Amino acid sequence: MTTLQHAPAARRRTRRWLTHLALIAGTLVMVYPLLWMVGGSFKDESDIFSQLNPFPSSLDPRNYIAGWTATDPTFTRFYVNSTLIAVLAVAGNVIACTLTAYAFARLEFRGKKVFFAIMLGSIMLPAHALLIPQYVLFFHLGWVNTYLPLVVPKFLATDAFFIFLMVQFIRTIPRTLDEAAMIDGCGKVRIFSRIILPLTGPVLITTAIFTFIWTYNDFFSQLIYLSYPSSETVPVALRRFVDATGDSSYGQLLAMSVLSLVPTFIVFLLAQRRIVEGIATTGLKG
Amino acid sequence: MSTSTEISAPAGREPTAEVPPPPTRPRPGRRTDRVAYLFLLPWFAGLLLLTAAPLLGSLYLSFTKFNLLQSPTWNGFGNYVKLFTDDPRYLQSLKVTFIYVALTVPLQLGFALAVAVMLNRPMRGMALYRSIYYIPSLLGGSVAIAVIWGQLFDDDGVLNAFLAFFGVGGRSWISNPDTALYTLVLLNIWQFGSPMVIFLAGLKQIPQELYDAASVDGANAWRRFWSVTVPLLTPIIFFNVVLQIIQAFQAFTPAYVVSGGSGGPSDSTLFYTLYLYQQGFTNLNMGYASAMAWVLLLIIAIFTLINFGLARRWVYYEDR
Repeated sequence: MTTLQHAPAARRRTRRWLTHLALIAGTLVMVYPLLWMVGGSFKDESDIFSQLNPFPSSLDPRNYIAGWTATDPTFTRFYVNSTLIAVLAVAGNVIACTLTAYAFARLEFRGKKVFFAIMLGSIMLPAHALLIPQYVLFFHLGWVNTYLPLVVPKFLATDAFFIFLMVQFIRTIPRTLDEAAMIDGCGKVRIFSRIILPLTGPVLITTAIFTFIWTYNDFFSQLIYLSYPSSETVPVALRRFVDATGDSSYGQLLAMSVLSLVPTFIVFLLAQRRIVEGIATTGLKG
Repeated sequence: MSTSTEISAPAGREPTAEVPPPPTRPRPGRRTDRVAYLFLLPWFAGLLLLTAAPLLGSLYLSFTKFNLLQSPTWNGFGNYVKLFTDDPRYLQSLKVTFIYVALTVPLQLGFALAVAVMLNRPMRGMALYRSIYYIPSLLGGSVAIAVIWGQLFDDDGVLNAFLAFFGVGGRSWISNPDTALYTLVLLNIWQFGSPMVIFLAGLKQIPQELYDAASVDGANAWRRFWSVTVPLLTPIIFFNVVLQIIQAFQAFTPAYVVSGGSGGPSDSTLFYTLYLYQQGFTNLNMGYASAMAWVLLLIIAIFTLINFGLARRWVYYEDR
């Protein structure tokens, strides 16, 4: 508190308490739906809706066990699918966007300005404008109901936002490093692999985190491209679970809902600072 | 640099004539690194095959009738004419989406700004509050949360249990066409965390001296907020408005999950993209869906342009 303070100390203390009170009240409202979901996943069917109190009387995992195996195939399959897709998407984005970003940040080529503008413009392009022809293309390639429509585009750097992010980052790496390497006889490729790439760690991690979260939660694409039960991902399976169980097993539905949020939540716990920074400095959609 | 000739070549490198770099290297203005095209190859392929061609492709398809299995047949402006003159569900989806955008964007950003201002003071637990308020926006777009939302606002859901506590008779907010959309608006407002984080970062940039000076001049907290905080934050408000509008127009998952894919009850949650999905992928009217996609593209483009046009009037940049 180094700032000018005019209010008397007592009034200031009251103000601080009021702020905390408001923030805690807000916290309850914000967290209640999540608590209700987690609590309900441990409750008896009859208690889920009749109780306002989100806390269960015991931590009985039977909704989890029953829910996990209630579908055919079981949720094991859906988690494998989701994980594979997300991991491949991360690899694709990291590789392809870095290559592209290096070219835009450091290399000279014809039409660079125009291409850069196109790249920026493509960030704003709503996916729906491309949706149907892409689907037709993948349909004719026989890729529907495989991972490929969800993964291959990442290897072609279609998430232009990350290119932009990396270009910005690479521009902050001092050019003297490149020049020194050039004097030592490094070509552009080696400058990339020896100088730039090792220094892009932070932005690669940000890219990986957000690609993982977005891909894992990308319900729309998964809904369109994956319709065999065995190829479904967690969100799509969860959505089908609603229909399949109908009004009968809300406890299991809540249990599977909780589990479906776990991967995102773990990433958040591990990378909280970076996620917050990424959003704050670049407006990444969290 | 003069020492560079004396540095021996690194081990394992052929000691060739070691041409010293030309003393006055031409400025790298018009130079071309041919290897650049190699680096750009994946992006070029993606741009061509997955962006440019599909963009033009959907424009073409929007003038056809096309059901995926047979080749498209030319339909002129038929799809567009039908959209606006002969498809009440389309007009309904436009209405629903505009209401959704008009409500969620200001409300969500208002909450985000208010909470960010509250959190922007040296205070114990600030980081924890920030995390807690942020989490819904991280998880909120998921199917799981949409599922939960449907339960919370159903007739035997928590909201009604809460209202019953006060003796207020409830009803299903989800299956009532008059209220279903507003539960989804609420869901989106609940996710104010990410604009809040952006606002917080902006608030930290505002120099404390400005507040101090305003205090000395007798401005109270309310006045300081409107005369110091808001003007200096306008670039970030602008950024958030542009972003949130673009995103809100494309909302899909909550409506799909809560209504079971139908957009019901009585099409009251028939979001634009949900109707597009139904036309394109349930009914396989892919030409028609392409026309919808292009109209959406134009709507978003127009809103973004209007935003940038209006920005001159109210966005304040210090360096001007």
